[in-house]
Amino acid sequence: MADAVALPAPMTRRVSGRLWIVPPTALLALLFFYPLALIARQAFLDDSGVANVAEFARVLHARFFLNALINTITISVAATAGCLIVGLVLGLILALVPFPGSGVIARLIDTFIALPTFLVTLAFTFLYGSAGMLNAGLMEMFSLQAPPVDFLYSTWGVILAEVTVYSPFVLRPLLAAFSLVDRSQIEAASVLGARPFRIVRQVILPAAVPALIAGGSLCLLLTVNEFGIVLFIGAKGVITLPLLIYSKAIQESAYQVACIIAVINIVLSLGLFSLYRFAAGRLGV
Amino acid sequence: MSVPALTGSNVMDVDAAKIRGAGSNVHFDKVSVAYGTHVVLHPLTLDIAPGEILAMIGPSGSGKTTALRAVAGFVKPASGRIRIGATDVTDLPPYERGLGMVVQNYALFPHMRVEDNVAFGLRAQGADKTLIGERVKDALATVGMSGFAGRYPRELSGGQQQRVAIARALAVRPRVLLLDEPLSALDAQIRRNMVEEIAKLHRDLPGLTILYVTHDQTEALTLADKIAIMRDGRVSSHGPTGELYRRPPNRFTAEFLGRANLLPVTVAEGAAGPKGMATAKLGDAVLAGAGRSEKPGDKTLLCIRPQHLSLTGDEEHTNRIVGTLKEVHWQGELTHLVLDVDGTPVRVSATRLPVSLPERGSAMPLFFTPGDTSLVPEDVRG
Repeated sequence: MADAVALPAPMTRRVSGRLWIVPPTALLALLFFYPLALIARQAFLDDSGVANVAEFARVLHARFFLNALINTITISVAATAGCLIVGLVLGLILALVPFPGSGVIARLIDTFIALPTFLVTLAFTFLYGSAGMLNAGLMEMFSLQAPPVDFLYSTWGVILAEVTVYSPFVLRPLLAAFSLVDRSQIEAASVLGARPFRIVRQVILPAAVPALIAGGSLCLLLTVNEFGIVLFIGAKGVITLPLLIYSKAIQESAYQVACIIAVINIVLSLGLFSLYRFAAGRLGV
Repeated sequence: MSVPALTGSNVMDVDAAKIRGAGSNVHFDKVSVAYGTHVVLHPLTLDIAPGEILAMIGPSGSGKTTALRAVAGFVKPASGRIRIGATDVTDLPPYERGLGMVVQNYALFPHMRVEDNVAFGLRAQGADKTLIGERVKDALATVGMSGFAGRYPRELSGGQQQRVAIARALAVRPRVLLLDEPLSALDAQIRRNMVEEIAKLHRDLPGLTILYVTHDQTEALTLADKIAIMRDGRVSSHGPTGELYRRPPNRFTAEFLGRANLLPVTVAEGAAGPKGMATAKLGDAVLAGAGRSEKPGDKTLLCIRPQHLSLTGDEEHTNRIVGTLKEVHWQGELTHLVLDVDGTPVRVSATRLPVSLPERGSAMPLFFTPGDTSLVPEDVRG
C-alpha cells in the first residue's frame, strides 16, 4: 500500500516546484488584477450599480475626454522628443568628450530618477514662476510691472518639467550603448578622413539606435501616465487623462466616467508598454 | 567580376596596379609620449623610407603601438615632431593626415555592407560617386573580396573581415598604411596565409609605405624591409631585417628576433674590421665568428642560431663545441635537441638526425660555420 502512494522523488520535486507559482499569483491577483478588474467592471456600471454600456460611448465622444486625450498625446510626444534630444546631446558629451568629473555628472543626472517628479516642478516654480527668481530679477532689472516670463503655467511648462525629469531615462541606456561602441571603429573612421560630426552620424548613432528606441518608448510610457507634474503646475486648461481621472473620481464623484477613462488610459499604457517590450526585445536592450 | 578563390597567395593581384601610388616617408624627430609623469615613449628618432615596410616589434608595453598611434594622431607627443613626406603632421587631427589604418579587431562598421565600409573614407573625403565606385571595385578586387561587396561584416570570417579592412584602408590611397597587430585575432593557419598575402600586396604596391606593429617575429621577418625592436619605450635596435637577424647588436635583439643560442665567451683575437672574423674561447674550444670591435680578453656572447648547428662536421663547419645531450623533441619536419654546453643550454634544430643518437646524458659534438656566428655584446641595452 505504501508503495502505491509513494511518488518517485523527481515527481515530488516537480509537484512542489509547481506550487511556487501560487504565492506570487495570489499576490498579483490581490494587489493588481483584482483592483483592475474592479475598475473595468465599474466602467460598465453606473454609480447606482446598474449596467450602462452607453455611457462608455458617450465618454469616448465627449469634448472633455477628447481634449484630455489630445493633451496627453501632445505633451507625451513633445516631452519624449525633448528627452531624446537632451539625452542624446548629454550622452554624447558625457561619453565622448573627455573632461574630468564626467562620471560624477552622469551620476548626478541619474539621481533625478530617484526623486519624486513634483520636486522638479516645485523647483521650477521657484525659478520660473510668477514670483520666481528669474521674473523677480528681470522685473527689478528692467523696472517691469508684470512678470515677463510666463511659460511655466502652460503646456510648455509641463513639457519642460517632464523633459527635465525623464531625460535620464534616455541618457542611461544611451551611455551604456556608447560605452559599447568600439573605440577602434571611431579611430578607423577618423583616420579615413571622417570629421567628428560624420563619425557621430554614421558610426556612433547607428550603434545607439536600440538604446534611443528603448529609452524613448519608456519616456513615452511614463509621460502618458504623468500625474504629479501636471497637477503641481496646475496650468490652466492643461488636462491630461490621469488628471481627468482624478478630477472625475475625487472632485466630481463621477466614478463610472473616471473608470471608463482609466480603462482607456490602461489600454493606452499597456499598448505603449508592449511596444517598448517588443522594441527592447528585438533590439536586445 | 568573378569571385576569386580565397586560398593561397593569388588573391591580392587583380587590380593592384590601379591602387598603386607614391608612398611618403615618415620621420620621427625626437618624438616622446608621456601619460602624466609616466614616459611610455622616450625620444624616438627614426625614418621610414617611401615604399618601405618597417616592422616595430617588441613585448607588451614596449612603446610600439604608442609610436604608431602618434603617427595616426591619436596620441599627442610630449615633445618632438612627426613628418609625413614634407608635411609636419604633429598638430594635425587624424582625419587630415592622409593615412590608412588596419587594426587587430578589424574595426569594420557592423551596420554597413562591405562596399559601404570600403567607400566610407572616400565619401568622408568628398570623392564623387564615379570615383568611389571605381575605387571600391579596385580595392575589393585587390584583396580578393569582389564577390562579397553586398555582405555585412557579420557574414564574413575573420580573415575575410581583415581583407575588407585592408581594402577600406587602401581605397583612400593612403600616403602611409598603418597596420597595428593586424593578424593577431586570426588563427595560426589563416595568419600564415595572410602574411603571404600582405607580402604579395606590397610587391604589387611597391610605393606604399607601411608601418607594421606586431609582437610576432615571424610576421616581422617575413614582411619587413627594416625592423625596429622596441624595449621599455626605446628603440633597442633598428636596421635591415636580414642584418638584424644575422648580426644582432645586443642580447635582447638576438633573443627577441628568432631563437638564438648565446654562449658566454672570452675574445682571443679581435676582428680586423667591422665585418671581420674574431676568435673567442669557450672553455678549451677556440671558435671563430663575425666580430665588431672586441679586444682580446673581452667577455662577450657568441650567437648561433639553432638551425645553424650541425651534428656532423665537414670542411665548412669548422667551429666545434661539445655538450651533454639533455632532451630530444621530435616535431615532424624538425627535431629539437637541447644540450648543456658549459652550463649554458644550447638548442639545435635538425632536419635530419644520425641513424643513432647518443643516449641522454652522453657527450655530443656540435659543428657550425664561422659565417653563421657573430659576437654580441652582453650588456648593451637599448
